[in-house]
Amino acid sequence: MGYSCVVCVKQVPDTKRITGQAMKEDGTVNRAALPAIFNPEDLNALEAALRVRDQHGGTVTVIAMGLPAACDVLRDSLFRGADRAILITDRRAAASDTLATSYILSCAIRKLTPDLVFCGRQAIDGDTAQVGPQLAEKLGYTLVTYLEELELDGRTARVKRNIGNGYERVRSRLPALFTVMETANHPRPPALLKVMKAKKARAPVEIAKAVDGALGASATAEAKAAETAHRCAEMQARKLLITQWNLDDIEADLGWCGGAGSPTKVHRIQSIVLAGGDYKEFPPTEAGIASLIGELIQDHTIG
Amino acid sequence: MIEVNRKGEVWVFAEQEAGHLSEVPLELLSKGRELADQLGVPLAAVLVGSKVRPLCATLAQHGADLIYLAEDGVLTHYQTASYTRVVCDLITAYKPQICLFGATAIGRDLAPTVASAMKCGLTADCTDLQIGDHTDPQTKEHIAKLLLQIRPAFGGNIIATIVNPHRWPQMATVREGVMRMTVAEAGRTGKTIKFPVNLAGLDLPTEVVESQRRAKKVNLKGARIIVAGGAGVGSRDAFRLIWDLANILGGAVGGSRAAVDLGYVDHDHQVGQTGTTVRPALYICCGVSGAVQHRAGMQESAKILAINIDKDAPIFGVAHYGIVGDLNEVIPRMIKSIRSGASLSDAVTGASKA
Ligand SMILES: Cc1cc2nc3c(=O)[nH]c(=O)nc-3n(C[C@H](O)[C@H](O)[C@H](O)COP(=O)(O)OP(=O)(O)OC[C@H]3O[C@@H](n4cnc5c(N)ncnc54)[C@H](O)[C@@H]3O)c2cc1C
Repeated sequence: MGYSCVVCVKQVPDTKRITGQAMKEDGTVNRAALPAIFNPEDLNALEAALRVRDQHGGTVTVIAMGLPAACDVLRDSLFRGADRAILITDRRAAASDTLATSYILSCAIRKLTPDLVFCGRQAIDGDTAQVGPQLAEKLGYTLVTYLEELELDGRTARVKRNIGNGYERVRSRLPALFTVMETANHPRPPALLKVMKAKKARAPVEIAKAVDGALGASATAEAKAAETAHRCAEMQARKLLITQWNLDDIEADLGWCGGAGSPTKVHRIQSIVLAGGDYKEFPPTEAGIASLIGELIQDHTIG
Repeated sequence: MIEVNRKGEVWVFAEQEAGHLSEVPLELLSKGRELADQLGVPLAAVLVGSKVRPLCATLAQHGADLIYLAEDGVLTHYQTASYTRVVCDLITAYKPQICLFGATAIGRDLAPTVASAMKCGLTADCTDLQIGDHTDPQTKEHIAKLLLQIRPAFGGNIIATIVNPHRWPQMATVREGVMRMTVAEAGRTGKTIKFPVNLAGLDLPTEVVESQRRAKKVNLKGARIIVAGGAGVGSRDAFRLIWDLANILGGAVGGSRAAVDLGYVDHDHQVGQTGTTVRPALYICCGVSGAVQHRAGMQESAKILAINIDKDAPIFGVAHYGIVGDLNEVIPRMIKSIRSGASLSDAVTGASKA
């Protein structure tokens, strides 16, 4: 019979390579200024879902919410074996905190009614680990956090959970949402044949941009729209169209999305980026050490 | 979501397992006490479980004025569905203004689920909590006495202060060891309020089949601060200095492979290519030369402080702060300086004059 699986994947800035210029005035992140990568634990979530499909049959759908650039992680998912990719992109979803993000994802996933949802335990940009649990709550799915091993038997999942100072084995009813640990598996690499096929996969927003560039400034908006529609249909026929949804498509209540739907607000951002190499030297004297400690307390590193 | 309730209490979720309190709730009560005093409201602990009443006394001694006690056999093991239901019922009944949870395996499962159900905000892994005013940058609305939730983000590259102005309670999680626990006050008592648990109609979707917990070993991955020692420490006895510094900072102890091979510290503590890879907010390495295999395991730390007698040691190449000196002199001075927190502001102004 097989299981229908959804995997939530996120494109994240590579936090290893952040510089001070990455922050905007309003305290949000200028993602454009950073190299973007597949959130590491989302790859483990994808792998867990692919293994379910390999073993039991079914489908794996990946969903990414974000800017059109998030298509990169969707394509990467297709290269690794996902069956279908969905991009949720909408300007009105900007500035969503974890509560609004989980609401938007829940609206999209409700349209798919999967048996299983997989999320990475946490994303390396925020490290909050909140979206998975909040998404489960909104969907009314059984939440199973910190998954390391998964076995399915009909409508029951047997899971080994890593609880930090040990493990727990649980039996949970489906439908369920799992947050997957880095230690759960080794994500498979992209498969050459799948790369050859899916590297041309595009979302409508990407196709529109390409049309815009190809037809130039002289072409009318109507002509561009027509050409975009034509190319999308063509891609659809070749099964290369990445599904794209906006907030209306998923029937989201705008009051729960974006800034309006986000109870948390940024009060202040301080950058503490220091370049390694040109380190700040403190003398080994009492006064020198006291000023170092003072600095670490002031910027909340210690204290 | 509950409305803004200025008279609302400050709450701490008193996480317990098998009738034992972990340290986090006691640390949170110390912080919660400060916040409650600034707001002029009571501090309460929320104790959920089965046969956990004996813990009420401990919670009171650590600062709780009130203890909400929710007991039921069904609550013996932590389960997302049952605990969420009880905590949400409590919040709805008493409308606290602040709810704090440990950022533990349980806290990071429960708090987001509660926040989602209550449709309120939640800030993860705060490193500091303060009370302060907030002005909305767009509407210019000024709101006094909010919970300022301070946390590192982006792999520790920025410090963000988050507020939750309108949709209360204001919720946050805090990692173990981040807040300093004050000593228990032997004679202090609190009032226990028994909360009637109502789990009618709840068909638990999960069954715990087996649970294995080992005695707490070092948790390098989860540590916010790591103090690591290398061959330069000189002996297992001298390694005591590393432990002392880690303890006072609430951090974990790490070691280089040379330190492990020399028997100064156990292999569990090894950082590096063949040990654990860490990315704490602060990594202090003492007497570590900074071989590439060691750097591979720690160079992503948000801040690195290197203490080495050799000014050309490669570790300085990845450090943000450096002290060229003998660790046997430097570490005791650091401990002294951290202890005398009072003189810190002088030190800072003194340094800027120098
Ligand atoms: C395959 C392989 C894997 C490895 N994996 C790891 C690994 O996972 N982790 C790891 O750490 N290493 C690993 N190593 C070993 C690594 O190459 C180094 O040998 C090791 O890291 C050195 O440890 P150290 O810095 O403590 O010692 P040393 O290199 O001996 O450095 C000691 C330092 O202490 C300083 N010092 C001495 N006295 C004082 C004092 N009083 N005060 C202040 N400073 C003082 C010295 O100036 C010196 O810089 C690996 C090696 C190999 C080949």
